[in-house]
Amino acid sequence: MNKLKVAVALGATCAGCDVAILDLNEKILDVIEIVDFVFWPTAMDFKLEDLKALKDGEVDVGLYHGAIGTEEDEEIAKILRKKSKVVVAFGACANFGGIPSLTNMPYESKIFDVVYKESPSTSNPEGTVPLKETEVEGTKLTLPGIRKRADSLNSVIDVDYYVPGCPPMVPLIEQVVDILRVFVEKGTLPPKGAVIAGQDTLCKECGRTKPETISYTEFLSPQEVKEIDPDLCLLSQGILCLGPATRSGCGGLCTSMNVGCRGCLGPTDKVDDHGLKMISALTSLLDVEHEEEYTEEELDKLIEKIPDPLGTFYRFTYGVSMISKLHPDMEE
Amino acid sequence: MNQKLNPNIVTIEPVTRLEGLAKITVLLNDEGNVKDAFYQVVELRGFERFVQGRPIEEVLRITPRICGVCPIPHHLAPAKAADRVYGVDPPKTAKLLREMLALGHIVHSHILHFYAFALPDFVLGEKKEPGTHNIIGIAKAFPDVAKAAIKARGDAQKIQAMIGAKATHPVTVIPGGISKGVTKEDTEKILEMSKNIVEFGKLGLKVFEDLVVKNKDQMDLINSDAYQMDTYYMSIVGPDNTLDFYNSQTVRVIDSKGKEFAKFEAEDYLDHLDEHVEPWTYLKFPYLKKVGWKGLVDGPDSGMYRVNALARLNVIDKITTPLAQEAMEIMYEGLGGKPAHHTLGFNWARLVEILYSGERMVELAEDPDFYGTKFREQLTKDMITGEGVGAIEAPRGTLYHHYKTDKEGKVTKANIIVATTNNNAAICLSVKKAAQEMIKNGQYNEDGLNKIEMAFRAYDPCLACATHAMVGQMPLKVEIYDSKKNKIRELTRKL
Repeated sequence: MNKLKVAVALGATCAGCDVAILDLNEKILDVIEIVDFVFWPTAMDFKLEDLKALKDGEVDVGLYHGAIGTEEDEEIAKILRKKSKVVVAFGACANFGGIPSLTNMPYESKIFDVVYKESPSTSNPEGTVPLKETEVEGTKLTLPGIRKRADSLNSVIDVDYYVPGCPPMVPLIEQVVDILRVFVEKGTLPPKGAVIAGQDTLCKECGRTKPETISYTEFLSPQEVKEIDPDLCLLSQGILCLGPATRSGCGGLCTSMNVGCRGCLGPTDKVDDHGLKMISALTSLLDVEHEEEYTEEELDKLIEKIPDPLGTFYRFTYGVSMISKLHPDMEE
Repeated sequence: MNQKLNPNIVTIEPVTRLEGLAKITVLLNDEGNVKDAFYQVVELRGFERFVQGRPIEEVLRITPRICGVCPIPHHLAPAKAADRVYGVDPPKTAKLLREMLALGHIVHSHILHFYAFALPDFVLGEKKEPGTHNIIGIAKAFPDVAKAAIKARGDAQKIQAMIGAKATHPVTVIPGGISKGVTKEDTEKILEMSKNIVEFGKLGLKVFEDLVVKNKDQMDLINSDAYQMDTYYMSIVGPDNTLDFYNSQTVRVIDSKGKEFAKFEAEDYLDHLDEHVEPWTYLKFPYLKKVGWKGLVDGPDSGMYRVNALARLNVIDKITTPLAQEAMEIMYEGLGGKPAHHTLGFNWARLVEILYSGERMVELAEDPDFYGTKFREQLTKDMITGEGVGAIEAPRGTLYHHYKTDKEGKVTKANIIVATTNNNAAICLSVKKAAQEMIKNGQYNEDGLNKIEMAFRAYDPCLACATHAMVGQMPLKVEIYDSKKNKIRELTRKL
């Protein structure tokens, strides 16, 4: 039996996806039985040259985690695509831009001012900021420029499979290992474009009791709720939860702990825009209760009471949202 | 690539930025000795801007993504800040659960660093080919130790997940408490795993004693001048200057002789800390304000200070748990007294802290309030004070999260000083000192160059944290060129 050659490449990432793979714990030893890691810079001492030196298509499976945040990220993604038979977008950032893509929103302040000039713990009377080129003792020291956007992997290369989650939960990674095992033994793979996670919404697997009608006049922060009923649907208790718009697959990790979902598995297959889906889900849930009582204005008011709707409804998917395409890139 | 205007320059740098967040450039003088060294962090993500306009309770669900290796400290420090934004003291059960999260995390992080990254340097000999100096190499050479390490780290992760929903990117800590308590049954499982971590902690110190302490070459390396620095040390301390990772916000600073230089509450950090900016790196240089920034030099006149495991043990007077206290005494005996200035001693200190964490986790799980039912306070917006500083001891040192909010609790300003950033100046100087030892009169060899790698790796610098932004890669992949641009060595920094 030939082992699979697997490469794990990364872009704008926190490395939580690497830790998630390590969280297979003892099972990582089973993985090593069917897999040869030919590239995994976070966990092992390989270098990009090792990946470049491989023949095109020599890597069986290329995993990519992190968003595309720099030109270099884009370049490494393209190298991975060229070397790999199959490319998997691994984790929320590679799937949708993830939390890094919140940086794509328009901000009034400039990043260098916030960090190097306005920070209260910074003493910088000269207004020094990092420069792409500094001459020190006759030597030019260089720094790369900072980028403006973070995007999903499929915005720059063709992607075969998707494993969402922030980070992907261990049962999903075990599914990936099973798929690798079948690939080794039989040479077969799931249909292109498959998402390795649940196919329903989180509500279907959350396990909390859903009342027939859900009614609320405002949303509360978790610390404002008097008592959280551990068995009742969070939305019906006025706690904002993205369950109705989010893909299943986590088993309700957050909701089982009285914490509203923020959508790290992204939307289901049928939905393009996660945030719009959530707003429409809220509207339809409300309509059930109030039928004709709610006017559009009143609905708008309810949404307005959510303190940070963009950062909440698009916590992990701003990079692929329709609204992010409406505003021009900010200049640094 | 750096321009090589002077033939007497050794550059240690990534050939491209593809794999790197940092690079090192060493300048030689005409005699071929080290004139200066620059440790450049080449990434910035600007998280402080990123959280503006978001409710504080949502910010502490976002900040863990600063780092997937240490998400718990970036959940707990902003939570402590959020408690203060609301002016609330969480119930005892919440504090016990939060401290368990913090310590489970220390165990995970220290095991990952020591067994996967540091131990290969000590015991696997000269690195000859890629893919050998890692946990798989350790697994082949010391299978029992590797298995025990995988299990203990796995248990630590499980404990965090039982309380935080997920170990990587926890979600349950909220202003004023925690969203859900644990059951008595869960507590019993946590207790059993904690007891196993104590046993693993003892094993780790035994392994270190057998493979490093009893090996004269290893101890000579630890004691060599290349790895000694005369700096101030900073850590949070508990009552009577005890080791404390979560509860206290009292920060203590000692000088290099061990004398107390300052003791302050974290909310007053601006009176004691300042950050210097250099144009050649994205990472700022924190320093002691009352001593001042004197550049990248050590000694009593330089405001440079160090944090992380050995710094913590240098700053505290004692450890409250017996086995770790004893292990610490043995460590200082081995290092020739306290405070110890050995950069490589940070690894030994990590092992002491794994043992402490296990012992303290047992204490926490044995407290009947651990599974208490009062685990949060109900808060209202009229309680909002508008400002809070949260500080904890993260695995890599003191972590400060400072927020200002509007009346609704939305963040208007954020300032974060992460553990690795505190050590920035010290890392630069450690690299320079190691370079001074390795390059004499223009002569240097491969083994000497390897020492540079160990110098910065000892700090376990977490560059994802340090750049606390969302557009970055962690590994430091560097290549060393001689003055003729021939590649002579490659250095790696994983995770």
